[in-house]
Amino acid sequence: MLSGGEMIARALEDEGVEFIFGYPGGAVLHIYDALFKASKIPHVLVRHEQAATHAADGYTRATGKPGVVLVTSGPGATNAVTGIATAYMDSIPMVVLSGQVASHLIGEDAFQECDMVGISRPIVKHSFMVRKPEDIPAMIKKAFHIATTGRPGPVVIDIPKDATRPDAKFEYVYPDAVKIRSYSPAQRGHTGQIKKAARLLLSAKRPVIYSGGGVVQGEASELLTQLARDLNYPVTNTLMGLGAYPGTDRQFLGMLGMHGLYEANMAMHNADVILAVGARFDDRVTNTVSKFCPGAKIIHIDIDPTSISKTVQADIPIVGPVQSVLTDLAEQVAQMRNKDAELPDQGALERWWQQIDEWRAKHGLWSGRRYGESEMIMPQQVIESLFRATGGNAYVTSDVGQHQMFAAQYYRFNHPRRWINSGGLGTMGFGLPAAMGAKLAFPEADVACVTGEGSIQMNIQELSTCTQYNLPVKIINLRNNYLGMVKQWQDMQYEGRHAMSTYEDSLPDFIKLMEAYGHVGMQVRKLDELDAKMEEAFAMKDKLVFLDIFIDPMEHVYPMHVAPNGAMKDMWLSKNERT
Amino acid sequence: MRRIISILLENEPGALSRVVGLFSQRGYNIETLNVAPTEDATLSRLTLTTIGDDRTIEQITKQLNKLVDVVKLVDLTEGAHIERDLMLIKVRASGGAARDEVKRTTDIFRGQIVDVGPNVYTIQLVGTGEKLDAFVAAMAEAEILEVVRSGVAGIARGEKVLRL
Ligand SMILES: Cc1cc2nc3c(=O)[nH]c(=O)nc-3n(C[C@H](O)[C@H](O)[C@H](O)COP(=O)(O)OP(=O)(O)OC[C@H]3O[C@@H](n4cnc5c(N)ncnc54)[C@H](O)[C@@H]3O)c2cc1C
Ligand SMILES: Cc1ncc(C[n+]2csc(CCOP(=O)(O)OP(=O)(O)O)c2C)c(N)n1
Ligand SMILES: [Mg+2]
Repeated sequence: MLSGGEMIARALEDEGVEFIFGYPGGAVLHIYDALFKASKIPHVLVRHEQAATHAADGYTRATGKPGVVLVTSGPGATNAVTGIATAYMDSIPMVVLSGQVASHLIGEDAFQECDMVGISRPIVKHSFMVRKPEDIPAMIKKAFHIATTGRPGPVVIDIPKDATRPDAKFEYVYPDAVKIRSYSPAQRGHTGQIKKAARLLLSAKRPVIYSGGGVVQGEASELLTQLARDLNYPVTNTLMGLGAYPGTDRQFLGMLGMHGLYEANMAMHNADVILAVGARFDDRVTNTVSKFCPGAKIIHIDIDPTSISKTVQADIPIVGPVQSVLTDLAEQVAQMRNKDAELPDQGALERWWQQIDEWRAKHGLWSGRRYGESEMIMPQQVIESLFRATGGNAYVTSDVGQHQMFAAQYYRFNHPRRWINSGGLGTMGFGLPAAMGAKLAFPEADVACVTGEGSIQMNIQELSTCTQYNLPVKIINLRNNYLGMVKQWQDMQYEGRHAMSTYEDSLPDFIKLMEAYGHVGMQVRKLDELDAKMEEAFAMKDKLVFLDIFIDPMEHVYPMHVAPNGAMKDMWLSKNERT
Repeated sequence: MRRIISILLENEPGALSRVVGLFSQRGYNIETLNVAPTEDATLSRLTLTTIGDDRTIEQITKQLNKLVDVVKLVDLTEGAHIERDLMLIKVRASGGAARDEVKRTTDIFRGQIVDVGPNVYTIQLVGTGEKLDAFVAAMAEAEILEVVRSGVAGIARGEKVLRL
C-alpha cells in the first residue's frame, strides 16, 4: 500500500524515468518526501522552474526520451509555463507534474493557488487533474503515452496536495498498457496515397526533399538519407530538422527559409516536386504563402493531420509516422524502378544538379567566404572554429537571435539530435538549461551552448546548478553587445534606430561572474587566438568554460527573406545585394 | 459557409473548455453551442455551428479531432440532417390588439405561449435557426423583452449515427 506521493515516485521509476528536473514548494512537499525516502531517480534542483522545463526538454531532444518536471503550485507552475510552451511549439514530449492546493481549497484563491490546467490549456497536448489518489498510476501511464505517441507534446498533471498525503494509502498497480478510446494516432500511411506519392516522386525533373523536426523526432534520419541517396535527390532541412540528413554531404543544400541558404531557397522555389517529410510549412520557411513554390506538386508526410494543408495545400497528403511511411515509400519506389529502370529521368536530374551547383557557386555559404572582412572576429568564424574543435560531433544548444542562425547555418550537423534549439516559440534563455539536460544524458560528450550576452542572462542563474551537479558544458558567447537580431531588424526596417536594443555599460564582467560560480571564463578578442582558446576550452573536460568572444557587432544574418510579399527566392544576400 | 459540427465528447472535467478554448485560441467562430449528457453517462453530445470557408472548416474538424477528449465528430451539413433550436421569447403584450397580434404570429409559426401575464407573453418555439430568426423579425412590432435560445442541436437523417 502506497500513499499518493509514494505512488508518484514509484510510477516514475516504473516508467523508466532517468532524471527529474524540479523545484520544491508547499504543494509538492509530500511528493518530495516520498522521493527522498524511496526514489532511485536522481533529481536535478534547478534555480528557476523555467530552467527545469528547458533542461528536461534538452535531455529529451538529445535522447528521444520524455523529460520529467516537478514543480510546486502557483508561482512554480507559472514559472514553468514558458518552457511548456517551448516544448509544445516544437512537439517535444514532456510530463510536467505540478502541485496544486488541497482540493477543498480549490477555487478559494488559496495561498499559491493558480488554475494550472486552465493556464496551460493552449500549450499542452493534454492535461489531467488528479481527483482521486487511486487514479495516479493510470494517469501517469496515460500521460507518458500521450506525450510520446503520435505528434509528441507536453502533458501536465496537476496534483492537489491532499492527493499525496502520506497517511492515506492505496493499492499500487502500474498498468502495462493504456487504451484511450478517443486517442489513436495513425500507425501507417495510406497505401494508395503512398503509391501515388512514389509515382509523382519518380516523375520529378526538379525534385527537392524538404524535411523537418518530425524526421529527427520520428527516428527516420537513416531512412530519409537512404531514400535521398538512392534517388540522388537534393535535401534541405528546416531549422528543426538539421542533422536528419548529413550536413557535410554533397546532396545537402543546407537549411531553407527566412535565413536559409541561397541554394536551398532557390531549389525550393524552382522545384517541380517537393517531398515534405515531418515539416509543417512554417511562415519562417514559406515566406508569402501565395507565392510559395509556384511550379511544385507537394507530397506531405506528417503524423498530424492538422499540419497538412494548414498553410500550404498538399497535392498528396499522407498521414502517418515518418518511419513506417518512408519505409513503405522506399519500397514502392524500388518496385517502380525495378519495372522501369529509366526512372527517374537522369538527364533532367543532371541538369537540375548543374543548376544547383551554379547557385552554390554564386552564393553558397559554404563554397566561399560569404561574410564581411573585418578587424574583428566574425560570428561565422566562431561557429566554424567550434565545428573544428568538436569534430562536428558536439551537442550544440542555442538561445535565440543572430547567434542561433549562425550556428544553424555554419555548424554542419551530420547526426540527428545534436542541434537543440527553440524554433517555434523562439525562447531566449533556452540554451543553458537545455545544455544541462544534454550533458546529464551524455556526460562524456562535448556539449556547447551557443548564446548571446542578451539570451544568456535570461537563465544565467543555472550556472549554480551546473556547479552543484558538475555539468562542464561550454558556453560560446557571441558577444556583440546588442540584442543583435533586434538590432538587425531595426537596421533594416527602422532606419537604424536602435530602440532599446543595447545595454549601454551595464553588462557584467562575465569572467568574474564565472569565477564567482567556480567556473572558468575566458575572453577572446582576436581571430588568431580563437582556435587555440576554443581548443583550450574543450580540453578542460571537467570545467564549465564560458568563452566571451567579442565579434563584429555590425554583422547581419544573411541570406534573409525579403518581406513582406516576397517569395522563397526573394532574399537579401548582404546589406546591399538582393536576388 | 455555415456548418453544424456534432461531437461526442468524453464527459470529463475540462473537456468542454478545451473545445471552446480551441476556437478562441485559433481565431475560429462559434455561432451557437449546445451541450448536454447522452444516454451513456461517460459521453456528452455537443453541437456547434460555425462559419468559415472549406479550408477553415477542414482545419476546425482536424483540430477538434486532435483533442484527446473528442471521441467522434461529424459535420452534419455534409449530409441530410435535422437541426433544431429552441427559443423562449418574452414579449410585451398589453391591450387586446397587441395580445391578439402576438398570439396570431405565434400560431402561424406553430409556437406555443407557455406563460401568460397581464402584460407579457412567453413563447416557446422550436425549429431551425432560420425559422427562429424569422420569428424574431416578425415580432418586430411587439416589444421583445428577452430572448433565450438553446443553440442548434442536430442529428443526421436516416441510418447514419454518431456513436461509439
Ligand atoms: C530567430 C528565428 C529564425 C528562424 N528562421 C528559420 C529559418 O530560416 N528556417 C526554418 O526552417 N526555420 C526557422 N525558424 C524556426 C521556425 O520558427 C519553425 O520552428 C520551424 O521552421 C519548424 O520546423 P519544422 O517545419 O521542421 O516543424 P517542427 O516544429 O519540427 O514540427 C514537426 C512536424 O513533424 C510532425 N511530426 C512529428 N513527429 C512525427 C513523426 N514521427 N512522423 C511524422 N510526422 C511527425 C509534426 O506533426 C509537425 O508537423 C526560426 C526560428 C527563430 C526563433
Ligand atoms: C524571451 C524572449 N524575449 C524576447 C525575444 C525577442 N528577441 C529575439 S532575438 C533577441 C535578441 C537576442 O540577443 P542576444 O541573445 O544577445 O543574441 P544576438 O542576436 O545578439 O546574437 C530578442 C530580444 C525572444 N526571442 N525571447
Ligand atoms: Mg547579442
